[in-house]
Amino acid sequence: MTGFLRQLRGDPLGLGNSARSRRSAELVPRTKTADRVVQSICPYCAVGCGQKVYVKDERVVQIEGDPDSPISRGRLCPKGAASEAYVNSPVREHEVKYRRPYGTRWESLKLETAIDMIADRFLRTRAETWEDVNEDGKPLRRTLGVAVLGGATLDSEENYLMKKFFSAAGAVSIENQARI
Amino acid sequence: MGSNMAEQHPVGFQWVVEAKERGATVMHVDPRYTRTSAVADLHVPLRPGSDIAFLGGVINYILSNDRQFTEYVRHYTNARVIIKDEFKDPEELDGFFSGWVPEDGVYNVSTWGYAGTSGELPAGKREQTGDVSGDQAHGAHGMRLEHGEPPEEDWSLEHPNCVFQLLKRHFARYTPEMVEQVCGVPREKLLQVAEILCRNSGRERTSAICYAVGWTQHTHGVQNIRAASIVQLLLGNIGRPGGGILALRGHANIQGSTDIPTLYDILPGYIPMPHPDAGDDLDEFVERNGPDTGAWGDLKSYAVSLLKAWWGDAATPENQFAFPYLPRIDGDHSHYQMMLRMLDGRTRGFVVIGQNPAVGSANAGLQRRALANLEWLVVRDTNEIETAAFWYDSPEIEAGETSPEQIGTEVFFLPAAAHTEKDGTFTNTQRLLQWHFKAVEPPRDCRSDLWFTYHLGRRVRARLAGSTEERDRPLLDLTWDYPTQGPQDEPDAETVMQEVNGRHADGSFVSRYQELRDDGSTTCGSWIHAGIYRDGENQSARKKPGGEQSWIAPEWGWAWPSNRRILYNRASADPEGRPWSERKKYVWWDASERRWASLGDDPDFVPDRPPDYEPPEDAKAMDAISGSSPFILHPDGLGWLYAPTGLVDGPLPTHYEPHESPVPNLLYAQRSVPTRQTFPRPENPYNPSDVQPGADVFPFVLATYRLTEHHTAGGMSRTVPYLAELQPELFCEVSPALAAERGLEHGGWATIVTTRTAIEARVMVTDRVQPLKVADRLVHQVGVPYHWGRKGLVKGDSANDLLPLVLDLNVHISEFKTATCDIVAGRRPRGPALSAFVEEYRRRAGVVPGEPVREDRAGRAEGGAAG
Amino acid sequence: MSELEVRTYGGEARPRVGFFTDTSLCIGCKACEVACKEWNRVPESPQGFTGNSYDNSIDLGANRWRHVAFVEQRKELGVDGVAAGGLVEAASLESLVTDTGLQTYQDGEGLRWLMASDVCKHCTHAACLEVCPTGALFRTEFGTVVVQEDVCNGCGYCIPACPFGVLDQREGDGRAWKCTLCYDRLKDDKEPACAQACPTDSIQFGELEELRGRADRRLEQLAEAGLEGAQLYLADSSDGVGGAGAFFLLLDDPEVYGLPPDPVDTTRDVGESWAAVGVAAAGLAAALIGSVLLGGRR
Repeated sequence: MTGFLRQLRGDPLGLGNSARSRRSAELVPRTKTADRVVQSICPYCAVGCGQKVYVKDERVVQIEGDPDSPISRGRLCPKGAASEAYVNSPVREHEVKYRRPYGTRWESLKLETAIDMIADRFLRTRAETWEDVNEDGKPLRRTLGVAVLGGATLDSEENYLMKKFFSAAGAVSIENQARI
Repeated sequence: MGSNMAEQHPVGFQWVVEAKERGATVMHVDPRYTRTSAVADLHVPLRPGSDIAFLGGVINYILSNDRQFTEYVRHYTNARVIIKDEFKDPEELDGFFSGWVPEDGVYNVSTWGYAGTSGELPAGKREQTGDVSGDQAHGAHGMRLEHGEPPEEDWSLEHPNCVFQLLKRHFARYTPEMVEQVCGVPREKLLQVAEILCRNSGRERTSAICYAVGWTQHTHGVQNIRAASIVQLLLGNIGRPGGGILALRGHANIQGSTDIPTLYDILPGYIPMPHPDAGDDLDEFVERNGPDTGAWGDLKSYAVSLLKAWWGDAATPENQFAFPYLPRIDGDHSHYQMMLRMLDGRTRGFVVIGQNPAVGSANAGLQRRALANLEWLVVRDTNEIETAAFWYDSPEIEAGETSPEQIGTEVFFLPAAAHTEKDGTFTNTQRLLQWHFKAVEPPRDCRSDLWFTYHLGRRVRARLAGSTEERDRPLLDLTWDYPTQGPQDEPDAETVMQEVNGRHADGSFVSRYQELRDDGSTTCGSWIHAGIYRDGENQSARKKPGGEQSWIAPEWGWAWPSNRRILYNRASADPEGRPWSERKKYVWWDASERRWASLGDDPDFVPDRPPDYEPPEDAKAMDAISGSSPFILHPDGLGWLYAPTGLVDGPLPTHYEPHESPVPNLLYAQRSVPTRQTFPRPENPYNPSDVQPGADVFPFVLATYRLTEHHTAGGMSRTVPYLAELQPELFCEVSPALAAERGLEHGGWATIVTTRTAIEARVMVTDRVQPLKVADRLVHQVGVPYHWGRKGLVKGDSANDLLPLVLDLNVHISEFKTATCDIVAGRRPRGPALSAFVEEYRRRAGVVPGEPVREDRAGRAEGGAAG
Repeated sequence: MSELEVRTYGGEARPRVGFFTDTSLCIGCKACEVACKEWNRVPESPQGFTGNSYDNSIDLGANRWRHVAFVEQRKELGVDGVAAGGLVEAASLESLVTDTGLQTYQDGEGLRWLMASDVCKHCTHAACLEVCPTGALFRTEFGTVVVQEDVCNGCGYCIPACPFGVLDQREGDGRAWKCTLCYDRLKDDKEPACAQACPTDSIQFGELEELRGRADRRLEQLAEAGLEGAQLYLADSSDGVGGAGAFFLLLDDPEVYGLPPDPVDTTRDVGESWAAVGVAAAGLAAALIGSVLLGGRR
């Protein structure tokens, strides 16, 4: 009923200032209360729109267009605009999952254990499928037994390390979405 | 053309809308009427797979009406170069170029070269075969080019064997009437497009062509783009502001993952992977792969600097800078071949990082069967995508074909960090590298792919420590000492970028690729990226607001090479170095300063080389390029209307029918691209085409595509509630006429069938999809977006299950964009009934999975010589 | 009406702001729908496949504050029998470019796909505001109309009052929700999320007076370009809602987009009588009591 009193003192219809609640009066956008804002680039298509990522309590709370970008001028498409929902997706996986041969369910596995197991398998298959020379005695020094796929959604630095490491290991079937 | 830009690149499309506001004409030549067509001035529907016929019509229009930009064509293209007498055009050989070797299914390309050379290919180089790898690889890198000394040329462009005249003869039959018959485009629409392009080109104006996978995903994908480049070179639209051919790529870093490749046939900066034939001889590798002239003339410097970056002190002049450490490729080891090798049990381990072949690759059923035949599989993604879940949830399991108990693949799913959880660069579709800063730490087990690769490498190297095996030397000698930081020991991405940029012997950063040396005194992980860390600063992280700089915005991010925003921009000035017009001024020769000047871009030329420079005899590399030859990556500095080398399916684009097509090739007896790669095996049957018996079982044209609301195979959109709800179900788009013919009900269900399988989709009856009149008959289209799968918040069948594997030999990309199909009302059968349903179709069509592809010319007699 | 209400803020009052949604620039990407939901944390509202062109979100509601309508206008595409004369057509097209700097907006052959992003109109005479018994709906210092989630008790009076059917109660919550024109962002001089995201500037945010001028000029341009059906919607302050804070440039009649052709403030007469303070106080008190009872019964 305090609204009525206010309304009788200057907002005769009670539809403006006197109806404004304390919450409404003190509303602050979460872009302003964020602990920090980080400049990023949209992860979807290759237009390369600028994004501003707002972080509060070590969690991404908002992603919107970066008006500074001469590419996108602050604008985003529906996918880019949904980036916050993507990084905080309800179906995003946070833990390693392991399925043993002929297994019927996922099992859990420590990340360190998984990487160790992958390293073992990588070296085993590499050794089993190594080709040193071809029929003419020319050098091959490779394995076709291990293949790698993916990269178009990764950073260039990641692609660089992948190409470098797997090539040094002799893997040549290294491919990505660009082939598609 | 071949792009639905408003839907797939909406924010990029703002510039199209703005251009239109300022008077530009927007034309959309595309099978369906899309959200792009809706805001275009002109929509021209054409049959999927007939783009070359349409562009051929445009080229013919330009040439027959003398509408080319003659001065540009004469000076900047190879129009004037005379081609060997032995060269024969498909006009003469009914669909083949000279050199066809039927028993191998490939061309011997020796007759395609410039006149004045011997019949042999360059010394030591094998004649081209179907093995387009290593030193035979496609034209993304420097290719050798022999020409007569001096080159045989006719500046009047009248010699019957000069490129200009060859072009005229090759495209003479691409008349408006022919285009109408082949493409289903009314002839006046073609004329309208051609005329508008001509009027909007020349000294004062430029036109741009945008394309996307609508052009690449064909058995003649490369030639689609070649056809566009002929149009643009003839009209003088390359290297000039507002011109060009713009590839609109679909992933944040699909450009970057080609530049710094995770691709089998190239090393960073498009240096080819070595072939065993070069042995361990670095010089021979360079000699086979690098031309002496043009920017690729310094290939050895680029290669040695890369080897030094990877193997540091272990790379010495004595050991060929560790060149022998690189593994060799000797065939097509691309994505589709790796999956076939899995089916055959020869590839046993597979690491998939941010890709979803179980939904996104052609013949997705084949992809999943391949995964099921692995020993071990690692999938890294933010969500549990279909590629990780194939062993318990797939159409094959639903159909009772297999079960988890029968699948021996050991699967590791590792959760990945999102873009907000790591530092790094994405390279956008215009070669612009933009740094994204890490905002938060990845949660729990989530890690960056940098972390995964670095720490896997560390462990592998630790296990090999002390090994005396020769094969382990490259791993043990590898420079692999990146500093790590934070609670998760994340490798420092900026250090990786520094390695990519490269250093001088004194440790200072290289600032341009021209500084690289072949004596081991420089390192550089990717020569085209030299300068990205210029002056010890991360140039890709520059974020000077667009509003505070010119429209070129050179201080936002960094474009390779040398922060150059328009490639070949020397062509924006005339041969004497003056702007073609004040309106289109961009780069010009400043005679008083004796340097190339520009509006703010990096001139794509030797900075102080005058327009009247003529190379001395025996000049090498850039010194061999004349002052009026803008296309410096080509050994002759010219734009290639005719590609004398680098392509395996012909020096000129030629209309061929898609591999699966309901109509004959009206131009030639040869129906489809002679060199296309087919894989006749049980998992990959093909529909009969044209007049082959059984073709009528699959009478409709199938086209797959994407929607704004989703992203490729759906891993980043079907998992996002706000996107999933906007396009919740797979649907197919059909015309009212086809709906009536097949009894399809709007909003109901339809089953779409090929010899691969059948899928179901909701029906959208719409006038936006129209039957086209082709070869005097009405051809119906069925359009299907491909984003769905069995995981995520919204689920549905995958359109790519319908498609066959059939590839463009140049680049091994599959023909996603068109195949044939049937469509019937109602939902598809479930369980084993599905296989029986598809089997019945195969029986009716006479298809036996695994049988070789039928001869192209089969049934030609009945088909008649319609051309 | 809105001026009067804004004036109650005294020195805090700001120029009235709104949206000009120019549908001739809309590419139907739905970035506005998503950006709105992201910013305002509007719950998902899956409807399944509707078959209604590319529109699977159906309408504005408590869980959708921006909605893109898709209208396929179906006429046959001419495949056959087009007379020769393409060059003439090309020439005339070019003369259009030269003469007006603008082209016709859709393919001239009859097939047209209209797209338009709809939103709360933030009416000058806002019935929702006037019937709200709790003061949950109020006129902000920017002249916009906002439901205060901390005040709304879910009485639902506003829902039938809205001539556009914008307002709706959220299931499981009961309160009414709609576009706030990003009231919180406005306070920090940031434009609303939908307008910022819109790739093609179809949604333009700004001071209403300036937007109206811009819209008039735009309409003139389109008329010169020969686009006959183009019209402004809710830009006129003498219409049934006194003009709107969010108005539109449409390429066809409002009904085509599912918009009421002549909306009126359902409470206009009542509202004016409320100007008598005593009557208003009594009336509101009665309404409040009624709403509490109603709310309790729900």
